[in-house]
Amino acid sequence: MAEHREDRSDSSQSEDEWAARRAALSTKLAEHSAERAKLAEGAPRGRGGMQGMAEGLKLASEFAAGIIVGGGIGFGIDRLAGSAPFGLIVFLMLGFAAGIRNVLRTVGPSTTPKTPSESAGAEEPRRPS
Amino acid sequence: MATNPTDPIHQFAISRLVPIEIGGLDFSFTNSTLFMVLTVGVAAAFLYYSTRGRGLVPSKLQSITELTYEFTANMLRDSAGTAGMKFFPFVFSIFTFVLVANLLGMIPFFFTVTSHIIVTFALAMTVISVVVGYGIAKHGLSWFKVFIPSGVPGAILPFVVLIEVISFLSRPVSLSVRLFANMLAGHITLKVFAGFVVTLSSLGAVGVIGAILPLLMTVAITALEFLVAFLQAYVFAVLTCMYLNDAVHPHH
Repeated sequence: MAEHREDRSDSSQSEDEWAARRAALSTKLAEHSAERAKLAEGAPRGRGGMQGMAEGLKLASEFAAGIIVGGGIGFGIDRLAGSAPFGLIVFLMLGFAAGIRNVLRTVGPSTTPKTPSESAGAEEPRRPS
Repeated sequence: MATNPTDPIHQFAISRLVPIEIGGLDFSFTNSTLFMVLTVGVAAAFLYYSTRGRGLVPSKLQSITELTYEFTANMLRDSAGTAGMKFFPFVFSIFTFVLVANLLGMIPFFFTVTSHIIVTFALAMTVISVVVGYGIAKHGLSWFKVFIPSGVPGAILPFVVLIEVISFLSRPVSLSVRLFANMLAGHITLKVFAGFVVTLSSLGAVGVIGAILPLLMTVAITALEFLVAFLQAYVFAVLTCMYLNDAVHPHH
């Protein structure tokens, strides 16, 4: 019984099956090469497997680093120019903005206007949220 | 201090193994240096040994090396495009160095190179120097347009440029502090929980029962630390790739 079925599938179904497999493989290959071609243009933000976890880990430190560097610059200017505490105040605020900018660069919408074709492809999934 | 077996900071102490002094500067061969040499040696030996067969069907070790290669190559291609692939040896070296240094630090009694901020800061400054150096060499002064976002009104442009500059300067800080802080905090936590086991079990039978909980925590945190060791190496490498993207394509 089983042998009989197998025989039948070998003769009649195998041709169809191979054709279907070939078609599936060629569409997959085409998809893959299209992806490669898109990457070759230098797409700035890829969405890899561990990307999300890595992003979560780096956001806090990037925000803090902006404030630390801003405060450091302000403190240095105060030391050199004797303008305490205004350099520290101004640059702490600028550092805060830089920290926000760091975070937004990773998770927020891009601030730079994109070409129509690029914005249609890259930004589409983000729009609804 | 050093006599206390549960002192959590003692593991980070630097000791001179071979004192060398050149022109009043300390160039001693320390335990940190030893483990950096060991890291490079282990990484190079593993890569060399695992690829010696060059089989078309890879052996187990060879497939680990091939996976690492593919992983790093995809990471770089994802963030910097094929034009960034000329930095592949650089990114691969950094990723391997940080990964092997982190993993070697997980072996008991081994020194963790990446738990000292000067080491991670030197790595981060190397990355940023390569970004700035290559950017200026390739694009000339027009590379500095990376600080000038397009479509910003002229009135607030000075502020935006200042913020972009501070944001750029904060990169080596965040890059180095993240790796150093994760490794330092992880190893201290591990040591503190392991110290609870030692202290509690010296209190007799009740203490031994009480020590079961911190022992379980130590086991769990050890597993977490292996994850962190890998993840931090990955984050370091992926950020290197993203910064290199600025050097290769400054006009995005």
